[in-house]
Amino acid sequence: MIHSALKRFVCLIILSFSCSSFAVIELLEFDTEVEKERYQTLIDELRCPKCQNQNLADSDSQIAIDLRQKVRDLMDQGKNDEEIKSHLVARYGDFVLYRPEVKEVTYLLWYGPAVFLFIGFIVVVVVLRRNKQDSSDDKEASLSEEERQERIRQLMNKNSEK
Amino acid sequence: MRRLALFVPFIIFLLLGFFLFRGLSLDPKELPSALIGKPFPAFAASTLDGKQVSEADLKGEVALVNIWATWCPTCKQEHAYLNKLAREGVKIFGVNYKDETEKAKVWLQQLGNPYEFNVQDEDGMIGLDLGVYGAPETYLLDKNGVVRLKHVGDVNDRVWKEKIQPEFQKWSEL
Repeated sequence: MIHSALKRFVCLIILSFSCSSFAVIELLEFDTEVEKERYQTLIDELRCPKCQNQNLADSDSQIAIDLRQKVRDLMDQGKNDEEIKSHLVARYGDFVLYRPEVKEVTYLLWYGPAVFLFIGFIVVVVVLRRNKQDSSDDKEASLSEEERQERIRQLMNKNSEK
Repeated sequence: MRRLALFVPFIIFLLLGFFLFRGLSLDPKELPSALIGKPFPAFAASTLDGKQVSEADLKGEVALVNIWATWCPTCKQEHAYLNKLAREGVKIFGVNYKDETEKAKVWLQQLGNPYEFNVQDEDGMIGLDLGVYGAPETYLLDKNGVVRLKHVGDVNDRVWKEKIQPEFQKWSEL
């Protein structure tokens, strides 16, 4: 019983890691393992313009196939990664990069999260400080034992007068 | 100061509302072309009739360049409208994108030919240089062959009147 459950679990784990190997269907020959790795990294990082939430590696659309071919051609021409990326950006815009360059129009994209985190941090600090101050205010305003007794007496008198 | 703080949620609401409202009318499929303001990419190819042409043949007049193929249903849809534009005197060049020459010729015989000429782009590499990601696409070129506007999807009466014609006129008058 335990044995079969374990087997199933192991199968599940193995299956969940198997998907990525199906991504690219074309059979491409590379001279070296390094080239192959480079190609894989490039098509993982470049985005398919047609099917917007997929990279070139995952997409099966015609344009993704063409672009993969183009990446391969440019590699064969001896272009480096930067040149290949800018070649595609010149045609399809920054959109094709899953990791856009850091420049004026992408500042918000890159630094926005940090700014929001910072704002959140400030809010937390302010709220904490204020809470602390409030509780210390209470202490200052608190009455001594005698004063409190006096206060109670006053209140009770008021009530009985009604 | 306290009073002002009360308005913070309201301001956040307004900001969020603004962005969400903007989002309603944005089409994420519509990519800005990287080629606007740049010359039409260089190419040398033959037309469907076997003539040799290059990007220099597109210059001279404000013109449309239409990317089409026989395998593209939307291209068929817009074809009648392109015929109409051509009859009205709009210069249209075609790029027969990843298509078979014979099929393309039959198509033009049957549906009419609004094009000055059709550049053959069998392997889609001219399309790739243009940043084509789905046919049909239509580009507006000025007299010097500089790309001024890109439209993805079919050209119909509304698109022509609202989007392309104003630019067409603007560049014609220059």
